[in-house]
Amino acid sequence: MSTQYKLVHCTINGKAVEKMVDVRASLTDMLRNDYHLTSVKKGCEVGECGACNILIDGEAFNSCIYLAVWAEGKDIWTLEGLLSPDGELSDIQQAFIDESAIQCGFCTPGFIMTAVEILETNKLYTDDELRKLLSGHLCRCTGYENVFRAVKKTMYRRQGKEIDF
Amino acid sequence: MYDMKALYEAQSVEDAVALRIEHPEAQIIAGGSDVLVQMREGKRAGKELISIYMIDAMRGVSLDAAENLRIGSLTSFSHITRDPLIQKYCNVLGEAVDQVGSPQIRNIGTIGGNTCNGVTSADSASTLHAYEAIVELTGKDGVRKVPIKDFYIKAGTVDIKPDEIQTAILIPKASYENTFGHYIKYGMRNAMEIATLGCSVNVRLSSNKKTIERCRIAYGVAGPVPMRCPSAEAVANGAAPSKALAEQFARAVIDDINPRDSWRASKAFRQHIAVEMAKRALTRAVELAGGEMA
Repeated sequence: MSTQYKLVHCTINGKAVEKMVDVRASLTDMLRNDYHLTSVKKGCEVGECGACNILIDGEAFNSCIYLAVWAEGKDIWTLEGLLSPDGELSDIQQAFIDESAIQCGFCTPGFIMTAVEILETNKLYTDDELRKLLSGHLCRCTGYENVFRAVKKTMYRRQGKEIDF
Repeated sequence: MYDMKALYEAQSVEDAVALRIEHPEAQIIAGGSDVLVQMREGKRAGKELISIYMIDAMRGVSLDAAENLRIGSLTSFSHITRDPLIQKYCNVLGEAVDQVGSPQIRNIGTIGGNTCNGVTSADSASTLHAYEAIVELTGKDGVRKVPIKDFYIKAGTVDIKPDEIQTAILIPKASYENTFGHYIKYGMRNAMEIATLGCSVNVRLSSNKKTIERCRIAYGVAGPVPMRCPSAEAVANGAAPSKALAEQFARAVIDDINPRDSWRASKAFRQHIAVEMAKRALTRAVELAGGEMA
């Protein structure tokens, strides 16, 4: 059959955009190929590793198992959207660096976007709750402990509380 | 890119029904966390898809005129868990679907998809069976309601007619009222795991908490489709809650279940944990209902 296209309008990192999209595309394909947002990684492509994770209307989704056409009307955020206009890192990105929560960096954008969803709830989660909330990401470098510390530290800081690791 | 032949997007339930009739070969896709993965694996490669994901009218939890809980089929697992009506009337369902996959999967996965794919290991399935949920299907001639037990025909096959889509899951008031349940999932790890066995028990106690008025137990992965355990329920119904009763109740499940050997676990292992899970789930359900295991 001839290729089927659809015009998809959405907001990406705060900017209203529209593009003709191949209906066979995943949202990962659209964000990487049409919008050059390469923080959205192609990992397992079956929704297990979390490397392609982004926020849609404030919730974390693996964009590899999300059809690009479903982005219609949605508010989408990728890691690129966290940078401030002068290029400064956000608190959670800086915490990943400070806690050595990155090594090869492949899982990092996905992990950070999940962390953003967690932090935006403005709740103080227990360690067990936090581990469960972070469980949708695979990291082969850090052993997770440093990622956990980076998120926990930022969560406490944003609440103005002393951290007790 | 997915290897799909064509995509038809439904904007309403009527649209979806019309598309079903127009494209009988097409596969329905809700959240896609099964369908798209199977398409990647090649199992469903080259197929046409009917997407119902954008039908927002099929999302959300409400009470209908008869105060039955009505869960729109596209409601995601995370929204079910956070829903105040679910927390108030059927918290065990929210806890059960909070054990599906990972946080991201719980944001995309829907209760409709979880039931329509007809797999025995679905984390929602045992609780829906234990609460005698009703499946609402909408087709060209209107709405049809099917008890969940009859909805599951065999492994991977459910009762959806060629012109129908599943639009809601109902939990009758008589089923959730004064009823407290507990779900236990046995898996090898805590996240991204398919249940080796899932067990959901709920009880309604007498007003003095001394008698189990009604006990229901259902399993996932104890057979080709999710199942209730009538022998075990008969042991508990009308009995006084006690540790001895829990033992007797748990042993009775062996007469009801029919697990198989698979690469995940052996039949013997599943039978072994089924007994322990029944005991623990009953004990917890009685506690939640305000009773004590004497």
